[in-house]
Amino acid sequence: MNYFQLFNLPATFELDLTELGSRYLKLQKQFHPDQHSSGSERDKLLAVQQTANINDAYHSLKQPLLRAEHLLALRGLKISHEQRSFTDPQFLMQQMELREQLADIDNSADPDAVIDSIDRQLQQQKNALLKQLGAALVTETSEQDQLAADLIRKLKFFFKLQQELELIEQQLQD
Amino acid sequence: MALLQIAEPGQSAAPHQHKLAAGIDLGTTNSLVAAVRSGEAKTLANSQGRDMLPSVVRYTADRVVVGDAAMAAAVEDADNTIVSVKRLMGKGYQETAALKQQVPYRLVDQHGLVAIDTVQGVKNPVEVSAEILATLANTASETLGGELNGVVITVPAYFDDAQRQATKDAAKLAGLTVMRLLNEPTAAALAYGLDSGQEGIIAVYDLGGGTFDISILRLRRGVFEVLATGGDSALGGDDFDHAIVNYLQQQTGEAELSHQQMRQYLTLARQVKEQLTERDDVSFSVPTARGDVDGKLNKTNFEQLISALVKKTIRACRQVLRDAGLSNEDIVKVVMVGGSTRVPLVRNQVAAFFATEPLTSIDPDKVVAIGAAIQANVLVGNKADGDTLLLDVIPLSLGLETMGGLTEKIIPRNTVIPVARAQEFTTFKDGQTAMALHVVQGERELVDDCRSLARFELRGIPAMPAGGAHVRVTFQVDADGLLSVTAQEKSSGVQANIQVKPSYGLSDEQVATMLKGSMQYARQDMQIRLLREQQVEAERVLEAVSQALRADSALLGIDELEAIEQALTELSRVKQADDIAAIKAAIEHTNHLTDDFAARRMDQSVRSALTGHNVDEV
Repeated sequence: MNYFQLFNLPATFELDLTELGSRYLKLQKQFHPDQHSSGSERDKLLAVQQTANINDAYHSLKQPLLRAEHLLALRGLKISHEQRSFTDPQFLMQQMELREQLADIDNSADPDAVIDSIDRQLQQQKNALLKQLGAALVTETSEQDQLAADLIRKLKFFFKLQQELELIEQQLQD
Repeated sequence: MALLQIAEPGQSAAPHQHKLAAGIDLGTTNSLVAAVRSGEAKTLANSQGRDMLPSVVRYTADRVVVGDAAMAAAVEDADNTIVSVKRLMGKGYQETAALKQQVPYRLVDQHGLVAIDTVQGVKNPVEVSAEILATLANTASETLGGELNGVVITVPAYFDDAQRQATKDAAKLAGLTVMRLLNEPTAAALAYGLDSGQEGIIAVYDLGGGTFDISILRLRRGVFEVLATGGDSALGGDDFDHAIVNYLQQQTGEAELSHQQMRQYLTLARQVKEQLTERDDVSFSVPTARGDVDGKLNKTNFEQLISALVKKTIRACRQVLRDAGLSNEDIVKVVMVGGSTRVPLVRNQVAAFFATEPLTSIDPDKVVAIGAAIQANVLVGNKADGDTLLLDVIPLSLGLETMGGLTEKIIPRNTVIPVARAQEFTTFKDGQTAMALHVVQGERELVDDCRSLARFELRGIPAMPAGGAHVRVTFQVDADGLLSVTAQEKSSGVQANIQVKPSYGLSDEQVATMLKGSMQYARQDMQIRLLREQQVEAERVLEAVSQALRADSALLGIDELEAIEQALTELSRVKQADDIAAIKAAIEHTNHLTDDFAARRMDQSVRSALTGHNVDEV
């Protein structure tokens, strides 16, 4: 299913999120099961399935990483469930260092400051990668697509680290 | 025939089409029913003039009593008077071990589910709740002057699948058509939202008798979008009462309380709690084995007793803000729901945490029922405009058991519903034709720490070499938050047969048996009811297909059109008679003939929905 088509939007990485949001609500207002509550059983089921699709599509286009993956999938490059090991030693080293920093938060005198500083680092590098990803996805050639796929794989590491950081922060607060 | 038709603004001009709908707040302590009348949503009073019905059911040898009269017997006949049954909904017997000390009646094991031993035999929570629902529906029918076409029942946002299903089963048993299970905080926001035209991000803090919910919603142009929800389905004002009871026991030295004493102490505790809302200290006398003993409790002591409980709710507020990716400054309003929010400590702590004075202009006991009534009025079709849209989320993650007792999340919490996610499985043995799946709900890594929802057995997978069969299992959660599962083998397209064993729920057969066994439905009534249900469904199919034909018959070939028209003629003929099976068959035949047509129309409407319209209209 082409999610961009569903929202009648151009299949590009740069996307007007406000526009996406208002189109999402427009579709929801038409297809939500609550609008079909006096319909037949079959029509109600169709409404549930259709809104499930719309929700899924919106969820995927809203987030840059999922949007990029969907864009690549439409171009015939599927990376969402791949099992593949990474071979960029420099990148892996950097990841290990960040992980060590995360593990050290507990021992630091001012954990909040450390969390903030790691958060800033992650944010910066993530934004830089997202920018490269956007550029790579503009032209549709197989080299550019491969480059984009690599950037997505790297970004996944950063998103995961950020999740872990949030978890640590949460544990500290509780 | 009426010569003059006067319609309310915004409502149908044909009064005979006005349908009766009600919103029901099925609460732990009290339940209410509300309806929209003359354009205004109001709670409805029973024949005694009371609109709050205590959620209490008493079984005597030959009768069932609900509400105030049952409550009055709570002390003398504690064993047969069921209070706070909501806490038992969708629960296994083992899970309720802690509650056993707290409830003044006998809990028993009914095929793994918790049930109550009464003078009328073993009653399960679904049956008890059905009595409360039937009483409320009766109040509504009498006030509105006719049988209800449909109801909206509210549930805590935090209710899991088993608890929601149990609520729906109770409604079925009470003979009600549930148009929607609505989350309580969403209902409360709906009540306030339409009143004040509020826009922005709001928090709904709902502390009822037995459950606590905190939800964050975004309101804009009639859209109520739940961003995150959290809470504790076993924390509420009842716990405040129990904290006071413990205190009373310490004061009097009464270590063991009989069921009857427990009831007395709880009633006293509630009175003391309520008085401390207005006053700084309260004196009372506590009945003990040695006679009455004087007691005292001041506000400060009371607040110490409950401060850990209130803190727990604030922690949940923090968590839910985190889930929504927001901070407390983003919240423009806080809506207070539930009688327990009258406790000053609760109000102060909530005000301090969100740094805003909470909204209390609608009675916190009634606000949920009022919101439910507003939504019921929309869903039944009395208000045809699609102005409001409620986008709810799933409160707890759904996952599958994998190797080594670990869970794999399939649908994470706070995902917007309805939602469908598919997962593929392969066979690991040659010729394997069946597969077992265990679905759990919760956030933890280990299956044992999550709540078991159901075990599924997929049968009828075509025999193939190991890894050859790919079964695609689709988990679908509907707008009520209820899960259903379908499975298909990919290479052969064979639909695998699914057998569901709910871990803490009644199977469809058990519900059917209960319906048949219920005193309210003699055999003949059952037949009449089933017939009416089929006739209503037949009418809906006729209406839907006729309308589709009027709009889009161009999408059909001449042969298709003819076949469908024939099926419709047949369906309207069969509908007049009283053969349930024949009506059912005619509906299925019509559905089968129009499946493709419906899919084509859906595609077309999705395509046209976003073209040729100005986006500002949204």
